[in-house]
Amino acid sequence: MQTSITNTPTRYGWATILLHWLIGVLFIGQFALGFIMVRIQSQRTAFELIQLHKSLGFLLLGLIILRIAWRLGNAAPPLPPSVGTLERRTAPLAHLALYAFQVALPLSGWALVSVSTLEIPSMPFNLFVMPNLPLAESDAAESFWAAAHWYLAYAGIALVALHVGAALRHHFLLRDSVLRRMITPSSGGE
Amino acid sequence: MHARILGFAAFAACLAVPAAAAVALSDAAGSYTVSPTGSSIRFTIGKAGGGGFDGAFARFKGTIRIDNGDVGRSKVDLTIYPESVGTGQSRIDAFLRSDAVFDAANSPEIQFRSTSVTRTGDTSALVTGRLTARGKTFAEKFTAELDGLKGGTIKFHVTGKVLRSRYGMDVGTPLYSNIVDFDMTLTGKRG
Repeated sequence: MQTSITNTPTRYGWATILLHWLIGVLFIGQFALGFIMVRIQSQRTAFELIQLHKSLGFLLLGLIILRIAWRLGNAAPPLPPSVGTLERRTAPLAHLALYAFQVALPLSGWALVSVSTLEIPSMPFNLFVMPNLPLAESDAAESFWAAAHWYLAYAGIALVALHVGAALRHHFLLRDSVLRRMITPSSGGE
Repeated sequence: MHARILGFAAFAACLAVPAAAAVALSDAAGSYTVSPTGSSIRFTIGKAGGGGFDGAFARFKGTIRIDNGDVGRSKVDLTIYPESVGTGQSRIDAFLRSDAVFDAANSPEIQFRSTSVTRTGDTSALVTGRLTARGKTFAEKFTAELDGLKGGTIKFHVTGKVLRSRYGMDVGTPLYSNIVDFDMTLTGKRG
Protein backbone atom coordinates (compact mmCIF):
# COMPACT_ATOMS: atom_id res chain seq x y z
CA MET A 1 0.00 0.00 0.00
CA GLN A 2 1.40 3.27 -1.13
CA THR A 3 0.49 6.46 0.70
CA SER A 4 1.36 10.00 -0.23
CA ILE A 5 0.71 13.41 1.28
CA THR A 6 0.35 15.00 -2.14
CA ASN A 7 -2.05 13.94 -4.89
CA THR A 8 -0.76 11.58 -7.58
CA PRO A 9 -2.12 11.36 -11.18
CA THR A 10 -4.54 8.63 -10.07
CA ARG A 11 -4.99 9.12 -6.34
CA TYR A 12 -5.79 11.74 -3.73
CA GLY A 13 -3.05 12.29 -1.15
CA TRP A 14 -3.55 12.36 2.61
CA ALA A 15 -3.61 16.17 2.84
CA THR A 16 -6.47 16.49 0.33
CA ILE A 17 -8.41 13.66 1.99
CA LEU A 18 -7.92 15.05 5.49
CA LEU A 19 -8.95 18.59 4.48
CA HIS A 20 -11.95 17.27 2.54
CA TRP A 21 -13.43 15.31 5.44
CA LEU A 22 -12.50 17.82 8.15
CA ILE A 23 -14.17 20.63 6.22
CA GLY A 24 -17.09 18.38 5.25
CA VAL A 25 -17.83 17.42 8.85
CA LEU A 26 -17.38 21.00 10.08
CA PHE A 27 -19.54 22.42 7.27
CA ILE A 28 -22.46 20.06 7.97
CA GLY A 29 -21.90 20.50 11.72
CA GLN A 30 -22.05 24.28 11.31
CA PHE A 31 -25.34 24.00 9.44
CA ALA A 32 -26.82 21.87 12.24
CA LEU A 33 -25.40 24.18 14.92
CA GLY A 34 -26.74 27.26 13.15
CA PHE A 35 -30.16 25.64 12.82
CA ILE A 36 -30.27 24.73 16.54
CA MET A 37 -28.75 27.88 18.02
CA VAL A 38 -31.45 30.19 16.64
CA ARG A 39 -34.26 27.93 17.89
CA ILE A 40 -33.05 27.03 21.37
CA GLN A 41 -35.04 28.33 24.35
CA SER A 42 -32.24 29.09 26.80
CA GLN A 43 -30.73 32.49 25.97
CA ARG A 44 -27.53 31.51 27.74
CA THR A 45 -27.08 28.30 25.75
CA ALA A 46 -28.00 30.17 22.56
CA PHE A 47 -25.34 32.81 23.27
CA GLU A 48 -22.70 30.16 23.92
CA LEU A 49 -23.66 28.15 20.84
CA ILE A 50 -23.49 31.29 18.68
CA GLN A 51 -19.96 32.01 19.97
CA LEU A 52 -19.00 28.38 19.20
CA HIS A 53 -20.54 28.74 15.71
CA LYS A 54 -18.39 31.87 15.18
CA SER A 55 -15.24 30.08 16.42
CA LEU A 56 -15.86 27.10 14.11
CA GLY A 57 -16.64 29.48 11.25
CA PHE A 58 -13.28 31.22 11.59
CA LEU A 59 -11.58 27.81 11.82
CA LEU A 60 -13.41 26.75 8.64
CA LEU A 61 -12.37 29.92 6.82
CA GLY A 62 -8.73 29.20 7.70
CA LEU A 63 -9.02 25.57 6.61
CA ILE A 64 -10.72 26.55 3.35
CA ILE A 65 -8.00 29.05 2.46
CA LEU A 66 -5.46 26.29 3.15
CA ARG A 67 -7.50 23.85 1.07
CA ILE A 68 -7.78 26.17 -1.93
CA ALA A 69 -4.03 26.89 -1.80
CA TRP A 70 -3.38 23.14 -1.61
CA ARG A 71 -5.78 22.43 -4.47
CA LEU A 72 -4.08 25.06 -6.68
CA GLY A 73 -0.75 23.31 -6.15
CA ASN A 74 -2.12 19.75 -6.38
CA ALA A 75 -4.17 18.84 -9.43
CA ALA A 76 -7.05 16.48 -8.65
CA PRO A 77 -6.76 13.04 -10.26
CA PRO A 78 -9.07 12.77 -13.31
CA LEU A 79 -12.41 10.98 -13.05
CA PRO A 80 -12.37 7.27 -13.94
CA PRO A 81 -12.90 6.64 -17.70
CA SER A 82 -16.32 5.10 -17.01
CA VAL A 83 -17.78 8.49 -16.01
CA GLY A 84 -20.15 9.89 -18.66
CA THR A 85 -19.73 13.10 -20.65
CA LEU A 86 -22.48 15.06 -18.88
CA GLU A 87 -21.06 14.37 -15.43
CA ARG A 88 -17.53 14.94 -16.69
CA ARG A 89 -18.65 18.47 -17.66
CA THR A 90 -20.90 19.32 -14.70
CA ALA A 91 -18.86 17.83 -11.83
CA PRO A 92 -16.13 20.52 -12.02
CA LEU A 93 -18.84 23.22 -11.97
CA ALA A 94 -20.46 21.63 -8.92
CA HIS A 95 -17.08 21.44 -7.20
CA LEU A 96 -16.34 25.06 -8.08
CA ALA A 97 -19.72 26.03 -6.61
CA LEU A 98 -18.91 24.02 -3.44
CA TYR A 99 -15.66 25.96 -3.07
CA ALA A 100 -17.53 29.24 -3.62
CA PHE A 101 -20.00 28.38 -0.83
CA GLN A 102 -17.18 27.32 1.51
CA VAL A 103 -15.68 30.80 1.13
CA ALA A 104 -18.92 32.79 1.01
CA LEU A 105 -20.52 31.22 4.09
CA PRO A 106 -17.88 32.09 6.68
CA LEU A 107 -17.34 35.50 5.05
CA SER A 108 -21.05 36.32 5.19
CA GLY A 109 -21.11 35.22 8.84
CA TRP A 110 -18.13 37.45 9.57
CA ALA A 111 -19.88 40.34 7.81
CA LEU A 112 -23.01 39.65 9.89
CA VAL A 113 -21.18 39.89 13.24
CA SER A 114 -19.25 42.93 11.96
CA VAL A 115 -22.34 45.00 11.13
CA SER A 116 -24.50 43.76 14.02
CA THR A 117 -25.75 46.50 16.32
CA LEU A 118 -25.24 44.07 19.22
CA GLU A 119 -21.50 44.73 18.81
CA ILE A 120 -20.54 41.34 20.24
CA PRO A 121 -16.79 40.84 19.76
CA SER A 122 -15.48 37.73 18.02
CA MET A 123 -12.99 35.70 20.00
CA PRO A 124 -12.34 32.36 18.28
CA PHE A 125 -12.13 29.66 20.97
CA ASN A 126 -11.44 32.46 23.50
CA LEU A 127 -7.91 32.66 22.10
CA PHE A 128 -7.72 36.12 20.54
CA VAL A 129 -9.95 38.95 19.38
CA MET A 130 -10.79 38.70 15.70
CA PRO A 131 -11.30 42.20 14.30
CA ASN A 132 -14.52 43.03 12.49
CA LEU A 133 -14.64 43.49 8.72
CA PRO A 134 -14.57 47.19 7.81
CA LEU A 135 -18.32 47.46 7.25
CA ALA A 136 -20.70 50.04 8.66
CA GLU A 137 -22.88 48.82 11.52
CA SER A 138 -26.65 49.21 11.22
CA ASP A 139 -29.87 47.29 11.79
CA ALA A 140 -30.49 47.24 8.01
CA ALA A 141 -27.00 45.83 7.28
CA GLU A 142 -27.48 43.25 10.02
CA SER A 143 -30.80 42.11 8.50
CA PHE A 144 -29.22 41.96 5.05
CA TRP A 145 -26.24 39.83 6.11
CA ALA A 146 -28.39 37.62 8.34
CA ALA A 147 -30.60 36.88 5.32
CA ALA A 148 -27.57 36.39 3.04
CA HIS A 149 -25.98 33.99 5.54
CA TRP A 150 -29.28 32.10 5.87
CA TYR A 151 -29.87 31.72 2.09
CA LEU A 152 -26.23 30.77 1.47
CA ALA A 153 -26.46 28.15 4.24
CA TYR A 154 -29.56 26.50 2.76
CA ALA A 155 -28.25 26.66 -0.82
CA GLY A 156 -24.87 25.37 0.39
CA ILE A 157 -26.36 22.44 2.27
CA ALA A 158 -28.52 21.58 -0.78
CA LEU A 159 -25.34 21.49 -2.86
CA VAL A 160 -23.66 19.30 -0.21
CA ALA A 161 -26.65 16.93 -0.39
CA LEU A 162 -26.23 16.75 -4.18
CA HIS A 163 -22.49 16.10 -3.70
CA VAL A 164 -23.15 13.33 -1.14
CA GLY A 165 -25.84 11.83 -3.39
CA ALA A 166 -23.45 11.79 -6.35
CA ALA A 167 -20.71 10.15 -4.26
CA LEU A 168 -23.13 7.45 -3.03
CA ARG A 169 -24.36 6.87 -6.57
CA HIS A 170 -20.77 6.32 -7.71
CA HIS A 171 -20.11 3.91 -4.87
CA PHE A 172 -23.30 1.86 -4.76
CA LEU A 173 -24.77 2.13 -8.26
CA LEU A 174 -21.83 2.71 -10.58
CA ARG A 175 -19.45 0.84 -8.25
CA ASP A 176 -16.46 2.90 -9.34
CA SER A 177 -13.56 4.37 -7.32
CA VAL A 178 -14.84 7.99 -7.06
CA LEU A 179 -15.85 7.78 -3.37
CA ARG A 180 -13.25 5.18 -2.37
CA ARG A 181 -10.31 7.27 -3.52
CA MET A 182 -11.49 10.13 -1.27
CA ILE A 183 -11.49 7.75 1.72
CA THR A 184 -8.10 6.16 1.43
CA PRO A 185 -5.07 7.05 -0.69
CA SER A 186 -4.46 3.39 -1.43
CA SER A 187 -7.61 3.26 -3.59
CA GLY A 188 -7.92 4.55 -7.11
CA GLY A 189 -6.30 3.93 -10.46
CA GLU A 190 -8.53 1.52 -12.21
CA MET B 1 -2.04 95.86 51.99
CA HIS B 2 -3.44 93.80 49.11
CA ALA B 3 -0.98 91.02 49.90
CA ARG B 4 -2.19 90.93 53.52
CA ILE B 5 -5.82 90.69 52.48
CA LEU B 6 -5.06 87.92 49.99
CA GLY B 7 -3.03 86.07 52.59
CA PHE B 8 -5.84 86.27 55.08
CA ALA B 9 -8.33 85.12 52.48
CA ALA B 10 -6.20 82.12 51.64
CA PHE B 11 -5.84 81.24 55.33
CA ALA B 12 -9.58 81.54 55.84
CA ALA B 13 -10.22 79.37 52.81
CA CYS B 14 -7.93 76.64 54.18
CA LEU B 15 -9.83 76.64 57.42
CA ALA B 16 -13.21 76.85 55.78
CA VAL B 17 -12.98 73.72 53.61
CA PRO B 18 -12.54 71.06 56.32
CA ALA B 19 -14.77 73.02 58.67
CA ALA B 20 -17.59 73.10 56.15
CA ALA B 21 -17.20 69.38 55.48
CA ALA B 22 -17.27 68.55 59.17
CA VAL B 23 -20.37 70.65 59.63
CA ALA B 24 -21.90 68.98 56.58
CA LEU B 25 -21.52 65.49 58.05
CA SER B 26 -22.90 66.34 61.46
CA ASP B 27 -25.74 68.20 59.78
CA ALA B 28 -26.27 65.18 57.62
CA ALA B 29 -27.33 62.91 60.48
CA GLY B 30 -30.74 61.42 59.96
CA SER B 31 -32.74 59.03 57.83
CA TYR B 32 -33.16 59.46 54.09
CA THR B 33 -35.20 57.74 51.45
CA VAL B 34 -33.48 57.31 48.10
CA SER B 35 -35.39 59.39 45.59
CA PRO B 36 -35.70 58.14 42.01
CA THR B 37 -35.44 61.70 40.75
CA GLY B 38 -31.85 62.81 41.03
CA SER B 39 -30.63 59.23 41.51
CA SER B 40 -29.18 56.83 38.98
CA ILE B 41 -27.54 53.40 39.07
CA ARG B 42 -25.30 52.92 36.05
CA PHE B 43 -22.85 50.17 35.22
CA THR B 44 -20.16 49.44 32.65
CA ILE B 45 -18.70 46.10 31.55
CA GLY B 46 -15.48 46.06 29.56
CA LYS B 47 -15.30 44.16 26.27
CA ALA B 48 -12.48 42.12 24.76
CA GLY B 49 -10.70 44.25 22.19
CA GLY B 50 -11.61 47.52 23.91
CA GLY B 51 -14.69 49.49 24.73
CA GLY B 52 -17.52 48.23 26.80
CA PHE B 53 -21.20 48.40 27.24
CA ASP B 54 -23.15 50.61 29.57
CA GLY B 55 -26.43 50.08 31.25
CA ALA B 56 -28.59 51.47 34.00
CA PHE B 57 -31.34 50.32 36.33
CA ALA B 58 -34.40 52.55 36.12
CA ARG B 59 -36.16 51.23 39.24
CA PHE B 60 -34.69 50.87 42.72
CA LYS B 61 -35.43 51.91 46.28
CA GLY B 62 -33.35 52.44 49.35
CA THR B 63 -32.70 54.13 52.63
CA ILE B 64 -29.64 55.85 54.02
CA ARG B 65 -29.33 56.38 57.76
CA ILE B 66 -26.46 58.55 58.96
CA ASP B 67 -25.74 58.17 62.64
CA ASN B 68 -25.31 61.32 64.63
CA GLY B 69 -21.83 61.32 66.12
CA ASP B 70 -20.72 57.90 64.87
CA VAL B 71 -20.54 57.59 61.11
CA GLY B 72 -19.55 53.93 61.56
CA ARG B 73 -23.05 53.14 62.77
CA SER B 74 -24.62 54.50 59.61
CA LYS B 75 -26.59 52.14 57.38
CA VAL B 76 -27.41 51.86 53.71
CA ASP B 77 -30.04 49.58 52.22
CA LEU B 78 -30.61 49.41 48.50
CA THR B 79 -32.95 47.26 46.43
CA ILE B 80 -32.58 47.17 42.66
CA TYR B 81 -35.22 45.72 40.31
CA PRO B 82 -33.24 44.04 37.51
CA GLU B 83 -36.39 43.93 35.34
CA SER B 84 -35.78 47.68 34.82
CA VAL B 85 -32.33 47.23 33.25
CA GLY B 86 -31.73 49.34 30.16
CA THR B 87 -28.79 49.47 27.76
CA GLY B 88 -30.33 51.25 24.79
CA GLN B 89 -30.48 47.96 22.87
CA SER B 90 -33.71 46.04 23.46
CA ARG B 91 -32.23 42.66 22.46
CA ILE B 92 -29.48 43.06 25.06
CA ASP B 93 -32.05 44.16 27.68
CA ALA B 94 -34.11 41.02 27.03
CA PHE B 95 -30.96 38.92 27.32
CA LEU B 96 -29.99 40.55 30.63
CA ARG B 97 -33.50 40.06 32.08
CA SER B 98 -33.57 36.40 31.00
CA ASP B 99 -32.23 33.47 33.00
CA ALA B 100 -28.93 33.95 31.12
CA VAL B 101 -28.14 36.84 33.46
CA PHE B 102 -30.55 38.32 36.06
CA ASP B 103 -33.38 35.80 35.78
CA ALA B 104 -35.62 38.70 36.76
CA ALA B 105 -38.75 36.53 36.70
CA ASN B 106 -37.46 34.29 39.50
CA SER B 107 -35.10 36.75 41.23
CA PRO B 108 -36.91 40.07 40.95
CA GLU B 109 -34.69 41.90 43.46
CA ILE B 110 -31.00 42.59 43.90
CA GLN B 111 -30.36 43.69 47.47
CA PHE B 112 -27.54 45.47 49.21
CA ARG B 113 -27.46 45.70 53.01
CA SER B 114 -24.53 47.57 54.53
CA THR B 115 -22.68 45.93 57.40
CA SER B 116 -20.16 48.67 58.12
CA VAL B 117 -19.43 52.24 57.12
CA THR B 118 -15.88 53.51 57.55
CA ARG B 119 -15.07 57.13 57.08
CA THR B 120 -12.10 57.55 54.74
CA GLY B 121 -12.01 61.35 54.49
CA ASP B 122 -13.92 64.50 55.26
CA THR B 123 -16.62 63.68 52.77
CA SER B 124 -15.94 60.07 51.85
CA ALA B 125 -16.64 56.66 53.31
CA LEU B 126 -16.13 53.02 52.50
CA VAL B 127 -19.39 51.10 52.67
CA THR B 128 -19.12 47.35 53.16
CA GLY B 129 -22.16 45.17 52.93
CA ARG B 130 -23.83 42.06 51.70
CA LEU B 131 -25.00 41.96 48.11
CA THR B 132 -27.62 39.36 47.22
CA ALA B 133 -28.46 38.50 43.62
CA ARG B 134 -29.97 35.31 42.20
CA GLY B 135 -29.97 33.78 45.68
CA LYS B 136 -26.25 34.25 46.23
CA THR B 137 -24.81 36.60 48.84
CA PHE B 138 -21.29 37.99 49.01
CA ALA B 139 -19.53 40.85 50.78
CA GLU B 140 -18.96 43.85 48.53
CA LYS B 141 -17.36 47.26 49.03
CA PHE B 142 -18.45 50.60 47.63
CA THR B 143 -16.91 54.04 47.92
CA ALA B 144 -19.32 56.81 48.80
CA GLU B 145 -18.49 60.45 48.27
CA LEU B 146 -20.73 63.15 49.71
CA ASP B 147 -21.75 65.27 46.77
CA GLY B 148 -23.98 67.77 48.42
CA LEU B 149 -26.32 68.48 51.29
CA LYS B 150 -29.00 71.08 50.96
CA GLY B 151 -32.06 71.36 53.09
CA GLY B 152 -33.38 67.84 53.58
CA THR B 153 -31.66 66.46 50.50
CA ILE B 154 -28.36 64.59 50.55
CA LYS B 155 -26.47 63.40 47.50
CA PHE B 156 -23.81 60.68 47.27
CA HIS B 157 -21.66 59.52 44.41
CA VAL B 158 -21.09 55.79 44.89
CA THR B 159 -18.64 53.62 42.94
CA GLY B 160 -17.56 50.02 43.22
CA LYS B 161 -16.60 46.90 41.34
CA VAL B 162 -18.52 43.62 41.52
CA LEU B 163 -17.48 40.24 40.12
CA ARG B 164 -20.58 38.98 38.30
CA SER B 165 -19.42 35.35 38.09
CA ARG B 166 -20.05 34.89 41.83
CA TYR B 167 -23.74 35.58 41.32
CA GLY B 168 -24.20 33.02 38.56
CA MET B 169 -23.96 35.70 35.87
CA ASP B 170 -20.69 34.66 34.26
CA VAL B 171 -22.21 34.30 30.77
CA GLY B 172 -20.05 35.84 28.07
CA THR B 173 -16.74 35.84 29.94
CA PRO B 174 -14.02 36.39 28.76
CA LEU B 175 -15.66 38.17 25.81
CA TYR B 176 -17.15 40.52 28.37
CA SER B 177 -15.25 41.31 31.55
CA ASN B 178 -16.19 39.61 34.79
CA ILE B 179 -15.89 43.01 36.50
CA VAL B 180 -18.97 45.20 36.61
CA ASP B 181 -18.12 48.84 37.33
CA PHE B 182 -20.92 50.56 39.21
CA ASP B 183 -21.37 54.30 39.17
CA MET B 184 -24.32 55.55 41.16
CA THR B 185 -25.72 58.86 42.17
CA LEU B 186 -27.98 58.44 45.18
CA THR B 187 -30.11 61.37 46.22
CA GLY B 188 -31.80 60.95 49.57
CA LYS B 189 -34.72 62.92 50.92
CA ARG B 190 -34.97 63.25 54.68
CA GLY B 191 -37.80 61.42 56.32
